[in-house]
Amino acid sequence: MSEDGMDNTTGQEIATSGGTTTELQPGQHPPADVAHHLRRTDSDPRAQARAVRQVAAMFMLSAVMVVLFIVAFVAIPRDAVVSLPYIGPIGALNAAMGITFGLAIFLIGAGAVHWAKKLMTDVEVVEERHPMKSPAEDTALVADIYEVGKEESAFAKYPIIRRTLIGAMALVPIPFVVSLRDLWLQPADVTTPSAELKTTLWRPGTRLVTDITYQPIKAEEVPVGGLVNAVPADLVEVEEEEGNLNARAKAAVIVVRMTPEEIQSQQAPDGENWDYEGLLCFSKICTHVGCPISLYQQRTHLLLCPCHQSMFDLADSANVVFGPAYRRMPQLPITVDDEGYLVAVSDFAEPVGPSFWEVNKS
Amino acid sequence: MKTLATHRRHPAAVLVVIMLGLVLTGGMYAIANSATQARSVQADSLQIEEGKRLFLEGCSSCHGMDGQGADTGPSLIGVGAASVDFQVTTGRMPLAKPGPQAAAKPPEYTEEQIAALAAYVASLAPGPAIPTEEDLDTSAADIGEGGELFRANCSQCHQAAGRGGALSDGQYAPNLMGATAREIYEAMLTGPQQMPVFADSTLPVEEKQAIIAYIDALRTSEDPGGWSLGRFGPVTEGLFIWIGGMLLAVALAIWIGAKVR
Repeated sequence: MSEDGMDNTTGQEIATSGGTTTELQPGQHPPADVAHHLRRTDSDPRAQARAVRQVAAMFMLSAVMVVLFIVAFVAIPRDAVVSLPYIGPIGALNAAMGITFGLAIFLIGAGAVHWAKKLMTDVEVVEERHPMKSPAEDTALVADIYEVGKEESAFAKYPIIRRTLIGAMALVPIPFVVSLRDLWLQPADVTTPSAELKTTLWRPGTRLVTDITYQPIKAEEVPVGGLVNAVPADLVEVEEEEGNLNARAKAAVIVVRMTPEEIQSQQAPDGENWDYEGLLCFSKICTHVGCPISLYQQRTHLLLCPCHQSMFDLADSANVVFGPAYRRMPQLPITVDDEGYLVAVSDFAEPVGPSFWEVNKS
Repeated sequence: MKTLATHRRHPAAVLVVIMLGLVLTGGMYAIANSATQARSVQADSLQIEEGKRLFLEGCSSCHGMDGQGADTGPSLIGVGAASVDFQVTTGRMPLAKPGPQAAAKPPEYTEEQIAALAAYVASLAPGPAIPTEEDLDTSAADIGEGGELFRANCSQCHQAAGRGGALSDGQYAPNLMGATAREIYEAMLTGPQQMPVFADSTLPVEEKQAIIAYIDALRTSEDPGGWSLGRFGPVTEGLFIWIGGMLLAVALAIWIGAKVR
């Protein structure tokens, strides 16, 4: 029993607010067992009349907006500009068409919602779902169809056909498996993706040139605290030949200079230095997911990746000091040539860019 | 005279004449130049004296009596006039309070006082000079090239549209829209605070001018389509509309589902 006297009628009866029960009409659902509160519009005829007026007004206003849309379309010149608050200057015709048509649609929806909330019945009802299991006669029919099909196709009659078909179907996936062979068998003369990721354009003696302007870099002209975005000298030719940015994506570097005393450690094996008089060169491609990074904070020697805030200490072998990156930024060994320009000593010793499965395999 | 006449068609004659001309003009220029230098030396020394007085008064408590630096402030030996001009003109120095980064604020000193301070610090050791009018002349600069250089060298910290961005530990790269050409030039030349130095050797004067012209173009260009949102780009705008639209949709759903009294 609910508070306002409604029966929980799971059968074919419905409770009205007066407490009397009536037969359910076809299509009607029995009310649910929840308390039903009367709305103001249910009890107050004036509130009801007001809600009716409001809904009708919204529908009428929608019609007015459609008329205004047509008026705006005809009347406003195409190049007229109107300045709206916060938005700034904007085409007057577009703004008028958008606002009027948008309001026309919105007012129909808002009127419908208002109508449903204030005037339509709000008694919660139970709508029972039909059972998920198919009726017995349907399952019997399907079984019959199957039997007839089996008989007419003679599938059961000729076992040779049945077995060869099953055998053929079982072999069909094999080509897909065989084509995965390259995952573990590699011909010697083919470059593997792993090998391609581990080598860059840098060769012994490749000059470092400034990015964009491709000028060679004099070692003594980079001041302490300086930063140069650099690429290999032969990058432009290679890019033209390959027609893509892959070479640049692997070979881009930054050159920074600190005083030699500030350098705590380098990636070179014991007894070697990969800097040139405090000039250090590192890959520009983040070892996390490969963003190009050159947010170099020269006082703290930190390199910050803007994508996921990985931080590398360039004074200490570019080790990761913060963030999701797992590997340090690979260092490029550099020196100068006869003319005093910066050149690479060799390629990177570690793979540049994001890690991959075979990153630690030689 | 006869020997001269016979030799004037000699292949080396042209070279000799050019060399003579060069030596002559160079020598005259050197003489004239040393004369102007001599005249300005006296004015300079007065300015340096004034700068030293201001320095002892306002800067030495952190940077040391001779600008040699201390725990409280870095050494100013060799930072040059450009660095002083940048730091003091933008109000970053003198520092209002210790913090992750010195913020720009209205300058504490007049133009003459800043010039005197710059002259004094420049007299301590050679360093980058204040850019000349000629250095800052961007009338012939290539804005397109400036854009490429900006994206390669500056945008990683200052954002592609120069609106600035965050660094680590509460530090930030400032918005460039309020910076003058001189300030931008000096910043590239001297590398204030965490900013690296972009020396004239790797970023020549014309390229600096191109970058300044590009920043100026960014500053003066309009934002078609309304609210620029710091020109963070369509990703952020889309995200803003997405989040705003979702909130609106949620509000509408709540309104539709709400019980009426």
